Amino acid sequence: MTGSPVDPIRLGLYRDMVRARYFEQRVYDLFMEGIVKGTTHLGLGQEAVAAGYAAAMRSDDMTFCTYRGHNHTLLRGAPMGALIGEMAGRSIGICGGKGGSMHLTDVTKGAMGSYAIVGAHLPIAAGAAWAAQLRGTGQVSVCFFGDGTTNIGAFHEAVNLAAVWRLPVVFVCENNIYMEYTPISAVTPVQHPAADRAAAYGLEPLIVDGNDADAVYAMAVDTIERARRGDGPSLVEAKTYRHKGHSRADPGKYRPQEEVDAWLAYDPIPIYRARLTGEGVDPTALDSIEAAAATEVEDATQQVRNSPPPDPATLTTDMWVDGGSAWRN
Amino acid sequence: MAELTYRVAIARGIAQEMERDPSVVFIGEDVAAAGGVFKTTEGLQARFGPDRVRDTPISEQAITGAIMGAAMNGLRPIGELMFSDFLGVCWDIVANQIAKTRYMTGGQVALPLVIRTANGGGTRFGGQHSQSLENWAMAVPGLKVVAPSTPRDVVGLIAAAVRDPDPVIVFEHKKLFATKQDVPDGEIVDTLGVAAVRTNGSDVTIAALAAMVPVALEAATRLAGSGISCEVIDLRSLVPLDTRTLLESVARTGRLVTVEENPRLCGWGAEIASIVAEEILWDLDGPVIRVTTPHCPLPAAAELEDLAIPSPERVVEAVLRSQ
Repeated sequence: MTGSPVDPIRLGLYRDMVRARYFEQRVYDLFMEGIVKGTTHLGLGQEAVAAGYAAAMRSDDMTFCTYRGHNHTLLRGAPMGALIGEMAGRSIGICGGKGGSMHLTDVTKGAMGSYAIVGAHLPIAAGAAWAAQLRGTGQVSVCFFGDGTTNIGAFHEAVNLAAVWRLPVVFVCENNIYMEYTPISAVTPVQHPAADRAAAYGLEPLIVDGNDADAVYAMAVDTIERARRGDGPSLVEAKTYRHKGHSRADPGKYRPQEEVDAWLAYDPIPIYRARLTGEGVDPTALDSIEAAAATEVEDATQQVRNSPPPDPATLTTDMWVDGGSAWRN
Repeated sequence: MAELTYRVAIARGIAQEMERDPSVVFIGEDVAAAGGVFKTTEGLQARFGPDRVRDTPISEQAITGAIMGAAMNGLRPIGELMFSDFLGVCWDIVANQIAKTRYMTGGQVALPLVIRTANGGGTRFGGQHSQSLENWAMAVPGLKVVAPSTPRDVVGLIAAAVRDPDPVIVFEHKKLFATKQDVPDGEIVDTLGVAAVRTNGSDVTIAALAAMVPVALEAATRLAGSGISCEVIDLRSLVPLDTRTLLESVARTGRLVTVEENPRLCGWGAEIASIVAEEILWDLDGPVIRVTTPHCPLPAAAELEDLAIPSPERVVEAVLRSQ
């Protein structure tokens, strides 16, 4: 039974996951080629969380993410060439080459920044939500972070403040089981590092299968609409897994092979494809999505290869709002 | 014209800006219902309501992070850190996030926010509630730094900080809270980066900041009795720094003494001394001398703390040594 109608949102989830996957694979390849510089923290394997939440957000909602934020920034609508260009330190870069892989930002799309010090962006996301609350804009902040963040002070300060002030913010923990190189269970006294802390702030413990795009999307709709209604923050723990190591420097050898194999077999993209086709979606429609994503990645790569490095004159621009960085007269 | 204390001038400065601009909001620990532990923000919540003037938990990262996020989304927030020493528990947000995010995003984000904090010693509070940390802030690209010395300047510099489109840290000096001055009625707005010549002189330039300004002025009075004419410059703002006023003065007097409450190493006076050395060395008639606290934590005991913080006697001695 091919050609069945399917919810465009679900096709969109598949499209976004595939775009994110191809994009991150290309980032990896370009790093190996020496085009992408510095470091990268790839979101390979965690695409369903980014896709599910991005699909549930309003265009003026605000995303705050971490150094593992390529997927989130892309799926809010930032142009792929400008994102890879940023990682490559080219003038086409979304931040003009001043941010790099760990600071991808596209404010025009509501991607309010990637923050590279663990925990810092939780209070910032809460503050943006506070402004939305005071100004009555109806915007929601969605803040993504890893399991390791649940052990830093800023996490607790931010969730507490958000709960006390009933701020329209959704905190989404992407629990990929490892805080950098160490199993989160080795350094955390509770089984669910985010969900088990929720009660301390009067919040409901919310756990979702972070590799199931439908489940993430449903959770995203619930938590975002709750925030928008004025019913306050949520703390969600999405169970997922990163296919690569923590960063470029890390081959991830500390992970048991059986564990890696089990999670690779539970890859969010093939399981979603199988679900859609099992429900009657024409596989050629999904093939077209994949082909379009491949083309997008090729085009983006070409834009990056053609882009010069940043103009040296920009070294000292844009520290202040006047465009410069003068500190004396 | 009304006589105001430095303490009351703080609330007046904040109120002036909140009255003018509904996007100005104010948060901090004990600032709203209690009016501030130093009583510097009394009456603001009653006047502007609990939405715009809010108490926070003891969460300096949440305070500084929240004002940053709010500034990204249309507000002009003021956050109070009860003591500047507490910058130590939120330095990530201040130095890594607030200071750098505009630059790192290629100018996508503006952060029109103000951090106000009680700074400085002389109150016998010991080493974790007495520090002068303006030089920490000055060392971080992306932060503007002001430190008023008079009630009038408190109003004018708070107003300038709130209206500035970039992050500004206002260091208010605890030792000055009870000082008084006649302050004009009506709106007062200063410009960041403009020093004030507090007394004109021809023999030596003394550069000072915040509570060191009255110390320098007292030294100048004593030295006048010995026939030495001091020009006292109140820097008011470290970033931006009014080097024009400083260099013009030092070129004329030929001598410079800095009076700093921060510890010796990398205090702001060292930066000024290096600018003078690079740009007008041949106008100098004597060594540049820095008067600072010694390079040790501030002690609590009165006799020790008074020994540590620059005094008029030490400034007089430094000026005589520069002659």
